[in-house]
Amino acid sequence: MDLSAINPILLIAAMIAAATPILLAAIGELVVERAGVLNLGVEGMMITGAVCGFIIAVNTGSPTVGFVAAAIGGAVLSLLFAFLTQVALANQVASGLALTLFGLGLSSLMGQSYVGIKPPRAEATPLGPPADIPVIGPIIFGHDLMVYLGLGIVAGTWAVLKFTRMGLVLRAVGENHDAAHALGYKVKRIRTLAILFGGACAGLGGAYISLIRVPQWTEGMTAGVGWIALALVVFASWKPWRVLLGAYLFGGITQLQLNLQGAGVAIPVEYLAMSPYIVTIIVLVILSADKARAPGSLGRTFHASG
Amino acid sequence: MRSAFRGEFIGQGEAGDKHMIRIEARPQPSAVMAYATPVLAVVLTMIFGGVLFAALGKAPLQAIATIFWEPIFGEFAFFYRPQLLIKGAPLVLIAIGLALGFRAGIWNIGAEGQYIVGAICGAGAGLAFYPAESVLIFPLMVLAGALGGWAWAMIPAVLKVKFGTNEILVSLMLVYVAEQLLASMSLGLLKNPEGFGFPGSRNLQQYPSAHNAEIIAGTGMHWGVVAALIAVIFAYVLLTRHRLGFAIRVTGEAPRAAKFGGVNPGRLVLFCLGVSGLLAGLAGMFEVAGPSGQISIDFNVGYGFTAIIVAFLGRLNPLGIVAAGLLMALTYIGGDIAQSQLGLPAAAIQVFQGMLLFFLLALDLLTNYRVRFGAAEVA
Repeated sequence: MDLSAINPILLIAAMIAAATPILLAAIGELVVERAGVLNLGVEGMMITGAVCGFIIAVNTGSPTVGFVAAAIGGAVLSLLFAFLTQVALANQVASGLALTLFGLGLSSLMGQSYVGIKPPRAEATPLGPPADIPVIGPIIFGHDLMVYLGLGIVAGTWAVLKFTRMGLVLRAVGENHDAAHALGYKVKRIRTLAILFGGACAGLGGAYISLIRVPQWTEGMTAGVGWIALALVVFASWKPWRVLLGAYLFGGITQLQLNLQGAGVAIPVEYLAMSPYIVTIIVLVILSADKARAPGSLGRTFHASG
Repeated sequence: MRSAFRGEFIGQGEAGDKHMIRIEARPQPSAVMAYATPVLAVVLTMIFGGVLFAALGKAPLQAIATIFWEPIFGEFAFFYRPQLLIKGAPLVLIAIGLALGFRAGIWNIGAEGQYIVGAICGAGAGLAFYPAESVLIFPLMVLAGALGGWAWAMIPAVLKVKFGTNEILVSLMLVYVAEQLLASMSLGLLKNPEGFGFPGSRNLQQYPSAHNAEIIAGTGMHWGVVAALIAVIFAYVLLTRHRLGFAIRVTGEAPRAAKFGGVNPGRLVLFCLGVSGLLAGLAGMFEVAGPSGQISIDFNVGYGFTAIIVAFLGRLNPLGIVAAGLLMALTYIGGDIAQSQLGLPAAAIQVFQGMLLFFLLALDLLTNYRVRFGAAEVA
């Protein structure tokens, strides 16, 4: 065992990068849940985003176009969920599961001729010279654009939910869809838009894994990150800033266990690899007392009968 | 679960949309539609599946025929028919347990994990006695497998009852933990000492006392099939004749009424998750001791997730689940044939199965709601 092989500065920088896919998926799901919809299809949308982004990035040679395609791919898949739950009034838990099962199958079908290919590299340090500052350089300035975009989406989501009329309407729909409907808001339209936003964010998160974190395509490569993101929304009590905190915590654990594996700690690799999932469960247990903050209409089907 | 939402919004003052197509909640779910929608969903899946296969450059009709016809009536049907039982048994066994919970609004999504742990415990119990021979070893393995699956499902159950933790997320997280445990077991504790360093346990098929052999040779009929049949009868009697089954149904359809009626929700969670874990564990144990033979890293093939589709396709009804389980087994076998004969990718079958669940959920609209054409009348 050689713990000195772990460089703390690089570790923190890597933790931030490891947190980004979880962060993106979780902030999208947070908006969906604040609108009163429980979409358990995050994993399916992430993996679809991962494969769409990968295919387009390989074919166009541009990671940026890849990310745009990933967002579109995730959103298109989430449209299926929106149709099932908002038009066909299907149960949200079952529909979300269907989305995940379908997404996992679809992605491995789409990606089968892309296994083993290297994607084009995204520019590592777009902020340039500040990244060379010792210590804070790699931690704050040394990331790719998606890390900053993720932070921007969190900040934007927080501001929109808290300060704008749009955010207020969205929360109203989530807290009490009957009242929102009585006030004349289009419950289904607002929820559909929220679901699309959630899909796009999950898609981006997936593409971050396939284009930057790993970077290559393998079947089922999101490995439960989508589910961790779902747990994170509960952990965050449906608050954007706490999603950020939670994502860094989980990103940190994921990265730390990878580094410990690399450093050859005496704990078997399999037990280290279990740790993010076990920590998720423990955190869920500790925080489940705080559940009173869940949006009032979460998971309930809305149907205005005339 | 479906009826929990039904009629919730009747009596709203707001006038309906003036669209030409309106959706009205039915006072009672349509019995006709409840039977018709699964059939309709299968037909639609075949049509859209055909489109998918055509898009992949395969002859659609030939692919559909290969999947649904070849295994039962084709030239090599004598080989494939037993497979129907071998693949159907674990699906039915798991789906029966899941359906009990789903009916009560208790969502065990982690059957895959319970299946793995059941297999590990079952195989472990058997291998502990290797190479001793005794008639007691196999029953002991059955017990260990059932207990393993039960214990794994008790984690989300107890956490839900004690702390109100979401059972969906916990049971799912435990799938990933179980997969790592499986890897660890096949590389470590249960690794075959005479396996030349390859991962994976001893093959239980070569250990007579532990082998879950076919009861009638060449039929695919092993003890797992017997267990599945017993589970179906048990669930059927429970749901239609027993007080507990009534409690499950009431809790799913009207949770508040159930509470007033004296149903203890905590005990119901423990029971439903416990039974589904136990059955999933049994399925894993019968699989590892029979058709699969050994604990290996890629031992699990997703039966725990496919069983969710089976449970819904069978309308959460024990008899329906038998039919759905056989149909799903058929798509697995037919998918394998289509893979080797037509070069249809394995993932295409996964998409096909996912599609089936989509159509099923979408068509459920017709069971719980009436779709009316024409302008809204003024009440």
